[in-house]
Amino acid sequence: MIELLDPERCVSCDKCVKVCPTDVFDLGADGVPVIARQSDCQTCFQCEANCPTDALYVAPHTTPLPPGSPEHDVAHLVETGLLGSYRAHLGWGRGRTPGAALAVGPSLTPSGPRLIS
Amino acid sequence: MTTLDTDVLVVGGGPAATWAALRAAQRGADVVLADKGYCGTSGATASAGTGVWYVPPDPEAREAAMAAREGLGGYLADRRWMGRVLDQTYAQMNELAEVARYPFPTGPDGAPLRTGLQGPEYMRRMRVLVRRAGVRVLDHSPVRELLVDRDGAVAGAVGHRRQEGADYRVRSGAVVLATGGCAFLSKALGCDVNTGDGALFAAEVGAELSGMEFSNAYGIAPEHTSVTKTAFYSYATFSRADGEVLEGAGSARGRSVIARTLLSEKVFCVLDRADEPTRRAMRLAQPNFFLTFDRLGIDPFTQRFAVTLLAEGTVRGTGGIRITGDDCATTVVGLYAAGDAATREPICGGFTGGGSHNAAWAMSSGAWAGAGAAAFALAEGRHRDRPVRAAGGAGLRPTGFGAAPSAAEAIRLVQREVLPYDINYLRHGDRLRAALSELDGVWTALREHAFADGSGAGRLRSAAAMTAHARWMYHSALTRTESRGMAKRLDFPEQDPTQHHRVLSGGLDRVRTWTEAVA
Repeated sequence: MIELLDPERCVSCDKCVKVCPTDVFDLGADGVPVIARQSDCQTCFQCEANCPTDALYVAPHTTPLPPGSPEHDVAHLVETGLLGSYRAHLGWGRGRTPGAALAVGPSLTPSGPRLIS
Repeated sequence: MTTLDTDVLVVGGGPAATWAALRAAQRGADVVLADKGYCGTSGATASAGTGVWYVPPDPEAREAAMAAREGLGGYLADRRWMGRVLDQTYAQMNELAEVARYPFPTGPDGAPLRTGLQGPEYMRRMRVLVRRAGVRVLDHSPVRELLVDRDGAVAGAVGHRRQEGADYRVRSGAVVLATGGCAFLSKALGCDVNTGDGALFAAEVGAELSGMEFSNAYGIAPEHTSVTKTAFYSYATFSRADGEVLEGAGSARGRSVIARTLLSEKVFCVLDRADEPTRRAMRLAQPNFFLTFDRLGIDPFTQRFAVTLLAEGTVRGTGGIRITGDDCATTVVGLYAAGDAATREPICGGFTGGGSHNAAWAMSSGAWAGAGAAAFALAEGRHRDRPVRAAGGAGLRPTGFGAAPSAAEAIRLVQREVLPYDINYLRHGDRLRAALSELDGVWTALREHAFADGSGAGRLRSAAAMTAHARWMYHSALTRTESRGMAKRLDFPEQDPTQHHRVLSGGLDRVRTWTEAVA
């Protein structure tokens, strides 16, 4: 679920408000979007992938993390390389190569095609 | 209420919807696309990525592709449709490369690989194509019911723009339903927008369903997480808590062993059958598969992790709205169905269309439905001023007074009857009948007493759609007193040659099923 929105990194583009398929965010009065309906989050990582400044973090759990979890700490997420990691893998962002162009996986069967998604 | 006038209304925002909108616009129709979420990120494909049934037009390769799953599907697929979809998919994937500039990778021999698509990249580009074609896109605008004219022809829809807090109405010459399948809010990746809304809308105007017994797909995911990408579990060894290997458990054929074991204990998994080069390649192919593990701090190749099975219902199943023509028309005039909202039996029969077949179906059927709806609307030209009425029932127009369940309560009650493995996956007539009697109660309460408008209507209608979906599923499953394709029955374990037919269903207050010979 969405667990973190870092107001320091946020540039108030409101893209997360727009792209979240389950409408989890509200516009914030101070320009920083608000995680208004966390329980509607479907853990699809789309907000994070679309955030141009890596200000969002989606934990893989489909239920909320307890308060005080290390994943609520930006420094921890930066240190572990997790913040923005999905966007980096997708190759979204200036100067990056689209991940789709590099996606040559294994063949699941000896004569089968290489998996590319 | 804002009213938009258009030729074609496309409901949905995934691959089938975007292809439908694109083709309708290219045929000269004015098009509105209304998505419950955000066109480009919502639905089963956008968050995931998928193999695609992309087979070059080489007769031998095509023959092998068609033959490969006919038996698994219980011989309910149709070769003519398979051929059409293979042709169409081949052309559209090449169009994605050339027009949408999708960055397909190249193989070790330098040849482009076009047998799959990464969801976020694919759908981002589809949104661009649709907007460039002049389609009016309404995001966060769940449709809640269809409009019909005096003759019962579909004439538009009513919905709610949830970020503006206002209802809206679209009057159109034709409607394409591309709302996806139904995964019952199981949290399977990207599927919480897939609550079967389109099938409810369709049934309310008299459309029929087909293959709803093929609705017990479950995807493997690490416990308490959402990523149900299952291909890589072919490298897995499954085991019990004490480390004993779970005999017969597997990703493809042994998934029911996992389900049965999960009823009483945890099941663990490690992807220890992938060698080092394979592991590296896996990371490149499916970045979101590893997102979960990296964030859990688990090395899936060396460390065991607990797994669960998440219901994927008719998203990965094959049942849906019955289509009656090559243009994906339904039995209702002016109504077209595409993607997972429609039955995928023509190419899959009764075996999961998950991955490549569903992706091929989504783009093909979307293109056909869009072109068909455009041709119909432009030829009829009658939609501008005809009188219309709204067709919605449950949750919008109660028939009596009494206590109604809230949307959340109804959803919980339905989930109790469709998510458990020992009801929906490992099916037995006794348990299906018991579940149906509960579901009938939920439906009656919703139909007679429930009401919401404005922003509350969407969720209540989704609850009603899930309830209706579950009832068509179990009625159809009870009608098929045999095991065929994925519709296996513990009390009828054999395939019965006399039941080589499709099971059709329909109706809301009273659900009925009947059969149809396979072409």
